[in-house]
Amino acid sequence: MIRPHRRHPLWFAYLLHRVSGSALALFLPIHFWMLSLALNDREALDDFLAWSDRGLVKAAEFGLVFLLAVHLFGGLRLLALEWLPWSGPQKTLAAAAVGLSLLVSGIFFLQAV
Amino acid sequence: MSTGGVMTVAVWRGGPEGSAFQEFRVPGQKSQTVLDVVIWIQQYRDPTLSYRFACRVGMCGSCAMTVNGVPRWTCRTHVKRVAKTGRIEIAPLRSLPVIKDLAVDMDPFFEKWVAAEGRFHPQRTRDQPVRETKPQTRRRRQADAAIECINCAVCYAACDTVAASPDYLGPAALNRAWSLLNDDKDSGTEAILAAAGAKGGCHSCHAMGSCTRFCPNELDPMASIAGLKRASIAAALKRKG
Ligand code: SF4
Ligand code: SF4
Ligand code: FES
Repeated sequence: MIRPHRRHPLWFAYLLHRVSGSALALFLPIHFWMLSLALNDREALDDFLAWSDRGLVKAAEFGLVFLLAVHLFGGLRLLALEWLPWSGPQKTLAAAAVGLSLLVSGIFFLQAV
Repeated sequence: MSTGGVMTVAVWRGGPEGSAFQEFRVPGQKSQTVLDVVIWIQQYRDPTLSYRFACRVGMCGSCAMTVNGVPRWTCRTHVKRVAKTGRIEIAPLRSLPVIKDLAVDMDPFFEKWVAAEGRFHPQRTRDQPVRETKPQTRRRRQADAAIECINCAVCYAACDTVAASPDYLGPAALNRAWSLLNDDKDSGTEAILAAAGAKGGCHSCHAMGSCTRFCPNELDPMASIAGLKRASIAAALKRKG
């Protein structure tokens, strides 16, 4: 499915950054809408919060924080890659970015449940 | 010396209009390269097969093809490394117009070298003494790191940005521009930076690294392009300030 010339860590890092960025772009409007409920419409917010307390929704939220972390570290990786004139293997960095995001989102997950 | 095995080789046949893979059964040999396979087919099965090579030792850069979906220099690619399943698929390089079979038109590739100012801009005439260079300086080391390019277009064919935007200059041309930018003997700094900063220049690169992953000479065009990005932004800031 993923064509052979794309099967290497740097391309996967690129893909991850694209996908997480797009997903965040879709999610952020909903997020701000929810925040606006907190200011304007208490009842609706309570309904929303009750709804968001369910397991599936919790899992989805975990996913969102994961995306945010992935995108953040992916972005840091790119900044480092382009602004620090290093020569070394960026593969390790790509891997470290994913690892760190897992860690951060894992901590969040543990606190949420 | 034959090793006895026979492999199935699918070769892309045809020109711009109408083409398809054609299968051949090719005997396995010891230390056989993908180029050896193509030559065998042309010599023993179909003399009309078109392809390019010259040096057979990884110096001229003319033998690049797509082997099992990946761009490679075929004269230095051993069959045993790519034919894990006993089958090889050989196609022309991606992102360049196919002339016939495995031969692509390299003109767009070299036109982009020129557009990227990837040519030498001399400072002195032949009557003047050669300018001395110090091999240990940071600039010279950067120039040297990018200089051993054989113009094979493997990186160009690997790059998804080239495939998606036809006006992108591509990794090889920009890598050469970066090498020249760091060369004290080259006087084209302004022209190089202008070309790199223009549309289709270094800022189109998405840093997905396929160029670096597949360059057979282990160059790092992605890092060269990152260098161009820094130089181009620094130059733009200087113009403003
Ligand atoms: S790093 Fe840039 S030039 Fe290299 S393959 Fe990716 S987009 Fe193309
Ligand atoms: S940079 Fe590497 S892959 Fe690209 S043309 Fe030069 S030698 Fe070939
Ligand atoms: S034939 Fe010259 S590089 Fe392969």
